[in-house]
Amino acid sequence: MKKVNVLVLRGPGSNCDQETAFAFQQAGAAASLCHINQLIRRDRRITDYQIFVIPGGFTYGDDIAAGRILGNELKLKLGDDIRRFVESGGLILGICNGFQVMTKSGILPEMGSPQAPPLTLTHNDSGRFECRWVNLLINKKSPCVFTQGLDSIYLPVAHGEGKVVTDIRGLRELNSVLYYTDEAGDRRAGYPHNPNGSMDNIAGVCDSTGRIFALMPHPERHIRFTQHPQWTRKKAREFGDGLAIFQNAVKFARSK
Amino acid sequence: MHRIEVRLKPHLPDPSGRGLVKDIQDLGIQGIVDVRVVEVYWLESNLAQDKLELIAGSLLADKITQDYWYGQTEVVKDNANGYQIIEVAYNAGVTDPVKDSVMKAIRDLGILNVRAVATAKKYLLRGQVTPSEMDTIASRLLVNPIVQHVVNQDSVQFPESPQYTFSFIKVPLIQASAAQLEKIRQDYGFSPKEFAVITSYYQTKEGRDPSDVELETLAQTWSEHCVHKTFKGKYHYDGTTIDNLFKSTIVKATKDLNKPWCLSVFEDNAGVIEFDNYWALCFKVETHNHPSAVEPYGGASTGIGGVLRDPMGTGLGAKPILNTDVFCFAPPDYPAEKLPKGVLHPRRIFKGVRAGVADYANRMGIPTPNGAILFDERYLGNPLVYCGTVGLIPKSIARRQTHKSGDLIIVVGGRTGRDGIHGATFSSVQLHEKSSEVSFSAVQIGNPIVEKKMLDVLLQARDLGLYSRITDCGAGGLSSAVGEMGAETGARVDLDKVPLKYSGLTYAEIWISEAQERMVLAVPPENRDAILKLFANEDVEAAVIGEFTDNKRLQLDYQGLMVCDLDMEFLHKGVPQIEAEAVWHQPRFDEPEFADINMEDELKKVLGSWNTCSKEWVIRQYDHEVQGGSVLKPLVGVNNDGPGDAVVIKPVLNSDMGAVVANGINTRYGDIDPYWMAASAIDEALRQIIAVGGNLKKIAILDNFCWGLPNTPEMLGALVRAAQACHDMSLAFGVPFISGKDSFNNEYEYEGKRIAIPHTLLISSIGVIDNVNKVISMDLKAMGDALYILGVTGNELGGSEYFARHQATGNNVPRVDPQAARQTMEALSLAIEKGLVKACHDCSEGGLGVAVAEMAFSGGLGAVIYLKNVPRTGPLYRNDYVFFSESNSRFIVEVAPENEVEFIRIMKGIDCAQIGHVSQEEVLQVHGLAGELVMKAPLAELKEAWQKPLRW
Repeated sequence: MKKVNVLVLRGPGSNCDQETAFAFQQAGAAASLCHINQLIRRDRRITDYQIFVIPGGFTYGDDIAAGRILGNELKLKLGDDIRRFVESGGLILGICNGFQVMTKSGILPEMGSPQAPPLTLTHNDSGRFECRWVNLLINKKSPCVFTQGLDSIYLPVAHGEGKVVTDIRGLRELNSVLYYTDEAGDRRAGYPHNPNGSMDNIAGVCDSTGRIFALMPHPERHIRFTQHPQWTRKKAREFGDGLAIFQNAVKFARSK
Repeated sequence: MHRIEVRLKPHLPDPSGRGLVKDIQDLGIQGIVDVRVVEVYWLESNLAQDKLELIAGSLLADKITQDYWYGQTEVVKDNANGYQIIEVAYNAGVTDPVKDSVMKAIRDLGILNVRAVATAKKYLLRGQVTPSEMDTIASRLLVNPIVQHVVNQDSVQFPESPQYTFSFIKVPLIQASAAQLEKIRQDYGFSPKEFAVITSYYQTKEGRDPSDVELETLAQTWSEHCVHKTFKGKYHYDGTTIDNLFKSTIVKATKDLNKPWCLSVFEDNAGVIEFDNYWALCFKVETHNHPSAVEPYGGASTGIGGVLRDPMGTGLGAKPILNTDVFCFAPPDYPAEKLPKGVLHPRRIFKGVRAGVADYANRMGIPTPNGAILFDERYLGNPLVYCGTVGLIPKSIARRQTHKSGDLIIVVGGRTGRDGIHGATFSSVQLHEKSSEVSFSAVQIGNPIVEKKMLDVLLQARDLGLYSRITDCGAGGLSSAVGEMGAETGARVDLDKVPLKYSGLTYAEIWISEAQERMVLAVPPENRDAILKLFANEDVEAAVIGEFTDNKRLQLDYQGLMVCDLDMEFLHKGVPQIEAEAVWHQPRFDEPEFADINMEDELKKVLGSWNTCSKEWVIRQYDHEVQGGSVLKPLVGVNNDGPGDAVVIKPVLNSDMGAVVANGINTRYGDIDPYWMAASAIDEALRQIIAVGGNLKKIAILDNFCWGLPNTPEMLGALVRAAQACHDMSLAFGVPFISGKDSFNNEYEYEGKRIAIPHTLLISSIGVIDNVNKVISMDLKAMGDALYILGVTGNELGGSEYFARHQATGNNVPRVDPQAARQTMEALSLAIEKGLVKACHDCSEGGLGVAVAEMAFSGGLGAVIYLKNVPRTGPLYRNDYVFFSESNSRFIVEVAPENEVEFIRIMKGIDCAQIGHVSQEEVLQVHGLAGELVMKAPLAELKEAWQKPLRW
């Protein structure tokens, strides 16, 4: 079987890099960590990989705004490499801080497109960092390759700046991939189901190709059954909900 | 100079401003209706318009949500829009992490001529308030003068760095008069006995006067904080002499138990136990009390930042994998008008401490799934902040390492500043009303990203084998770190080579600064280039500052002159032992007299007490999932909001083995008898682990004593009794202590009055679980299951939550029968291992009543309880006493009908009885000793009572 190589980016303050790499390994890929300075020095190149991941964390301490400084750095120092990587069919996944970085650097909602609708992430309506589990409904019409075949998933969030903000046009044109809901699947559910006040309950967005995807919830924190907060009340299952996202990515990359 | 302001667009709500409106209302000021926060940046530069536009518009502001403005000095006319303005900036010399990030990002933009950045926050307040109310808002909420000031026309954004002209200071000791000697002694904070030893050392061994930095080094090394003099003292107690209290109680029990899986105990920065064939776990809990009292956010953040460096500085360095935090505050509803002078309101301390710890731990990417918060008015002037960290390290490098003479001394991580000067000595004296004025340099604000960057490289350097030894720069700074590492060899440091944050530090300040985020490495000379390159690769500062010698002297050079030359032996072994009387008298409290109570009402009150109520508001603001190892979370049950007992994680992601962590603490028992307080804390720390499926076979514990001034026989007697209980229980349970910490002088002095904290002992426990798939949670699972109680209930309400609610202490403090408790725990572990138990919760504060209520509303299932079935001992005739007694070693256990026979077989010889069952109706129904119905309370109401107090 074709080997899928995943590069998980590390920067000052990244902190979900190891478990994200582990999730990709569980999904059958070869995943390795890479510090941003290695990419800037050209010691390693994104284009040698099929999947590029910006994991969760607090890069540069969330100073100025979450994801702003690393986003700035990616755009200014690695912009060309990332563009080439995308053009050659690579996949990008951003989780939590990775989502923030991707909006602040312009990788999302549509890389290199000045006509793209506005998209940013700002402070939770609650004013607090919160760690809690959320129900997510998958947009079946989304071209996102990471969520193919999924209906709804249960994942934890842990962030202080996860509120998706866009405008009327954005609500129409953005490729929303998943939405916060209540237990019954209602997309209009308010806090705490929608933990941050995101417009339209949007929890994740992809670009028009479906290969560039970012979300605030953490799929790497629910790849095994015993990560589920109520697993002691439930019948044992083999995997957690989040693993499918990594498996889909690996499957897609392998098929290319 | 340019000023840039960034603010949310007017139509968007400002969540942090809204939080402040609430905080202002908490101050009793109702007039403020709207607060908005503006970020202010000052750039020291002369930039063209296009560059400013680039910085403001594409870096500092998010154009989708924010507006920005820039100019020279003129400010936006917010007051014209009906706002009152308070602008707050950091004091010179205080760490401002944001400015470094902004500098970096501006350089990334290709703009290289910005010389410095400063930040401030501008608060816009709208509403009807008097000028004195505005002062209150500023001083009580927005500004802490320890680290911040209100910006006005005279404020300087970029103060000149102070200059320092080297002059070597000798302290005239040998020729000094008695009065001069006494002044020197007091200046450096030595006891008369210590100072006599020092004077004699300089007269006879050195034949010269000391330098200031030598006396500073001795003061730091011999401080209570660093050398634990009180705990190592010799005490005359109850007709016997105890030589070295610590060694003869806690350490002795560990030695006697001699567990082969204890890999490193009481010798390194953390204790270490075996995890599996390859890995080991280390564990350390620290306190950071005094800094948190005067600057809660900064004090607490450096508390967690400091304890994280303990595992990092254990063996060859561990990776931190879990935090546990225990806080003790005065009640948040304490009347503001009764606050002693110089004391921050407990609500502000609570919020600041919580934020400081969470911000640091979350940014470091370490889960915080365990902890506790206690409330008692005696913590008013002196709150307690315990922070603990578990680390993961290969067994082969888990033990304390050695280095060779000739190895280089390398300091890595943050730069050295004036922050934290005299922190070790500050924490070794009691607080008083002027503390917040004199202690400014003892408090720092941490920078977690610097620590995270350092950790990332350290683990790589460790795995490449580039250094031979590591320790953290904690209290006492380089003085402590290098001094301790070099104790057996000798060390020589060139203070000119220490990287500094700014100019103006004296050589003594460089040496004793407690600037955060620094570690010290011993590096073989041949690895010098490789290790420096590794750190440089990830932009982490590393500097060679000296080398380890073979002359057993501590030698410091500055500008070519040797400013310190001390005998290591004297430095580390010269401190004279404390010798004192210790006594203990059993106090007598009134037994409360009250009757005709309404059980449901009582239960709601106990559930809603500050100590018992839900801490979800705090727990959710910690990331308890990061690193992906979570198995049993702090919040469990059908709605993810029940109070779990111990927490379980998988330290190694591809293994099914688990680490389990819990804690035990109850200070009220100590008012009656510190012996039973300590025994109860140990019992609690163990039973929480047992309740989730842990096993006594491999549990280790930590002691953490916080006491008042140890200068009276009574205070010392209480300490002796608690330490003796630690010894006795450790042996009886077969559970060794592997590390610990003590903090004395936790008192607050004002207007001639003194408040001492209650004797406080935190026991933290860690265990190894063979298969995480077998652990259980505390929430009820299924209707029709039987509910059992394990353990005996006695008339033990002394110091209980129930008596506290009735303003009483009582005398019947809960005791521990360790033999019976151990049998119960072993049987329960077996039953859980066999899959016979569906839910289990231990009985702690609030006893059986609170335990059953919590199990029921966490599982969303009702329960019927018959108090007459509860195994009892001694005179116990009241329903409420049975319900709320806090007898130790008890568990409530849910068993499915098909497993009852097997369960009962395992419980043979154990105090065990069925007390009820899980019901369908969502109520807690309790029948009394005569079988009468005494309560039928809807679960929703009980849960609301429990959740309401801390739903902030």
